[in-house]
Amino acid sequence: MESHIPHSHRLWLYLLVGILLAFLILPSLLVVPMSFNHSTLMVFPPQKWSLRWYNNFLSNSTWLDSFFISLKVAVLTMIVATPIGVAAAYSLHAGSFRLRRLIEFILTLPMLVPVILMAIGLFFVYARLSMVNSILGLVIAYTLLAIPFVLITVSAGLKTYDMSQEMVARSLGASWVVAFLTVTLPQIKLSVISGALFAFIIAFDEVVIAQFLSGGSNSTLTKVMFASVRDEIDPTIAAVSTILLFVTILPPLLLHIVANRKRG
Amino acid sequence: MSNHGLSVTVTGINKKFGSHVALDNVNIAIEAGEFISLLGPSGSGKTTLLMILAGFARPDSGSVKFGDAEVIRMPPHKRNIGMMFQNYALFPHMSVGDNVAYPLKLRRTPKAEIAQRVTAALDLVKLGEYSERRIDQLSGGQRQRVALARAVVFQPQILLMDEPLSALDRNLREQMQIEIRQLHEKLGMTTITVTHDQREALTMSDRVAVIDHGKLMQFGTPEALYERPANRFVAGFIGESTFIEHEGRTLVVRPERLLVNGQATMRQAGTDAGDWITFAGRVQSVIFQGESLLSTVLLHGQKAGGQDVVLQLRQTVSRADSHNGKLNIDTDVEIALHRSDAIFLDERQS
Amino acid sequence: MNDQGLSGAVPQGLNAAGIADDIRRERRNLRLLASPALVLVLVLIVGPMLWLFYLSFYNEHGQFTFEHYARMLDEGAYLSIFWTTFEVSLIVTVLCALFGYPLAYLLAQLPARWANVLMLGVLVPFWTALLVRTYAWLVLLQRRGLINDTLVSWGIIDQPIALVHNLTGTLIGMTHVMIPFLVLPLYATMKTIDGNLLRASGSLGASPTRAFWDVYFPLSAPGLYAGMILVFIFCLGFYVTPAVLGGGRVIMIAQRIENSVSLYPSWGAASALGVVLLLVTILLMAFGAWISKLARR
Repeated sequence: MESHIPHSHRLWLYLLVGILLAFLILPSLLVVPMSFNHSTLMVFPPQKWSLRWYNNFLSNSTWLDSFFISLKVAVLTMIVATPIGVAAAYSLHAGSFRLRRLIEFILTLPMLVPVILMAIGLFFVYARLSMVNSILGLVIAYTLLAIPFVLITVSAGLKTYDMSQEMVARSLGASWVVAFLTVTLPQIKLSVISGALFAFIIAFDEVVIAQFLSGGSNSTLTKVMFASVRDEIDPTIAAVSTILLFVTILPPLLLHIVANRKRG
Repeated sequence: MSNHGLSVTVTGINKKFGSHVALDNVNIAIEAGEFISLLGPSGSGKTTLLMILAGFARPDSGSVKFGDAEVIRMPPHKRNIGMMFQNYALFPHMSVGDNVAYPLKLRRTPKAEIAQRVTAALDLVKLGEYSERRIDQLSGGQRQRVALARAVVFQPQILLMDEPLSALDRNLREQMQIEIRQLHEKLGMTTITVTHDQREALTMSDRVAVIDHGKLMQFGTPEALYERPANRFVAGFIGESTFIEHEGRTLVVRPERLLVNGQATMRQAGTDAGDWITFAGRVQSVIFQGESLLSTVLLHGQKAGGQDVVLQLRQTVSRADSHNGKLNIDTDVEIALHRSDAIFLDERQS
Repeated sequence: MNDQGLSGAVPQGLNAAGIADDIRRERRNLRLLASPALVLVLVLIVGPMLWLFYLSFYNEHGQFTFEHYARMLDEGAYLSIFWTTFEVSLIVTVLCALFGYPLAYLLAQLPARWANVLMLGVLVPFWTALLVRTYAWLVLLQRRGLINDTLVSWGIIDQPIALVHNLTGTLIGMTHVMIPFLVLPLYATMKTIDGNLLRASGSLGASPTRAFWDVYFPLSAPGLYAGMILVFIFCLGFYVTPAVLGGGRVIMIAQRIENSVSLYPSWGAASALGVVLLLVTILLMAFGAWISKLARR
């Protein structure tokens, strides 16, 4: 909706917002040039450019192993959380439960409960089951965290989907499962992929739970990075940050662009 | 007419939504290959009944048989019926040809045969060249034909349709009514369609089941429903009618069966006066409706339910007819109805 | 022909038992679909939370005690943690509201094409990993970091100022993280405000400022309050940014809980703190829900 207030009267607003947007975007982008800074001192702008810290990352087994652990955990989380979330979303959408509101609320709890509490709660349970520092433990924990996000994105996709298509497919001879797979799923695939990517990113860049539940040879990238950031300023962190930056920005960005293009 | 259909027998269907009775002990026996309409106002339960036939809704109790087989416990995908939904529900992520091929693929039909039958089905609905098109490229009428092709390609013995023509404009609707009827004649499956348009029901069907508030009001040929309505609801729902209390019974008067003034005198010559029921009244309005004139007449001395009776009267007028009897407003008229055109209702609770 | 028989109330009609079974089976299957997710949440969140609640009443010797809660009321260390948490959360919330409102406002006024592009300015930081953002601020705010260097070289200050490893750095970092959480719901609310209302008030003689305060702001208020409560709740339980940018000088509840578990360990103390945090979170959410319901009327 175009405002009727002329631009000249609102220059101050444009200026303020411009500063705010710069405040929001620039700091994160800072890590990119920093990562190519040859010096060990965190000075800006860099005097000399090199790939030194990237090499350091690739040759240091602590960093590299943790990267692959994080990758593994994130992929597994995506594979586990997505079907669970899609099934839950479909069940809530197609069924007529009396307790529907309650179930929806319960399934969004991982988003509402403070992460620190979830972390110690899980730590407590895992300690008893000797599951601390295990990949399985992490995947389960992150699946838990991802469920509300997958649920919300897929539910939104189902809402705009015409369920009578599934009914037609069934009338034509498809069992419910076949109808879902051949007719419904292809049409909600954007929201399913969204949910899957959410699950991946949540698992990849989560810090607090990783603090408690990952360790030793199964430390995640975030755990190693957090320790590094707190204890000493190792410039390799800049390189790791840059990698992490792209991993977490690119998928949602691509999705955003695709979704916008579809909308017209 | 080739007879490829199955009989459909509905027995004792009851359904309640909470305290609201949707279907009340409905019994209908449909013969193989018949074209039936389920006709009624919105909320009458006709769509619920269709959904029960398809397997998407379940009654509280009752039986549905296709031929000799009880299907009430069968899921929709095992009932082997063709179905057309009101919004067509075509699959947007598939082409026209793939949409029509879908039920054949489910039935593991060999590829070559699929291609041949898809083409045949599309030819049947006059869309033979459209196989490669995307769904969003089609007009409303074309989508409807594709939905139809998809529903018949696997030669089901029963076809169900839920208000298939309601989304089309009037001309297209009338054309499709004829085409669907022709398709039915050609393929011969038992066809059951839901509609709220009585004219559509009368045009397309062998028999019509009139449903109101979950109850079956009457099940008969269009002629039977029109000439011999079983109760007040059917009399009022099918065709136009005015109700008059006459000789202690309810008389249903159809506007086009009435004779006026000059016409009346002419026709009455040579017939027994007792064969005619006559009324006197004053003309209130005359409306030109294109193919006919609709007049309203306030009858003298007639009451129905304590109110004055305003009779509706419909005439086709030919300029060559010197006794054309065209009415003028605020004049007195004499109206005659031959007893053979008179419809009397039994005084029953409807 | 229809027989006008019994109406509806026949309990055991034809096939009734079998049909009822079919309905039951279908419902059960649908419910089954949601059960993996439900089981996971119930077992791994609700269960442990109840367990923690239980634990908060026991000390290391296994005795039932209120000491963990009592300590919160006496011990200065605890009180200062609560105060710090509250203070930081409040300041960050207010800052987010102050800066986020104009941002959301402008975004809501722009035509779709521009709004989509500028929205990325909010979304991209939102998507960026938390550690990356926190680290970036660490680097920026250091004594020899970009900001201090720039200020010194422009002659605004002589000596670098302590911008990080203290409250200032924490506030800056947390505000940066939290602004999108305020802007996004606020923007959504603002988009539902009918543009004609502002024009109408303009035609009735109100200056743009009057129109804004009398018409626009009240209509946007529900979104603003929802966003503020959301931000406040997130700040209460926040761990990463205060831990890194606070440098040990800013201890909030989450950090104390972490210490209690990993350093000491004192599960009783950690649980008690956790219970307090959870209760406050629940109360605030209920409060937020109540406010939205009020606003909807």
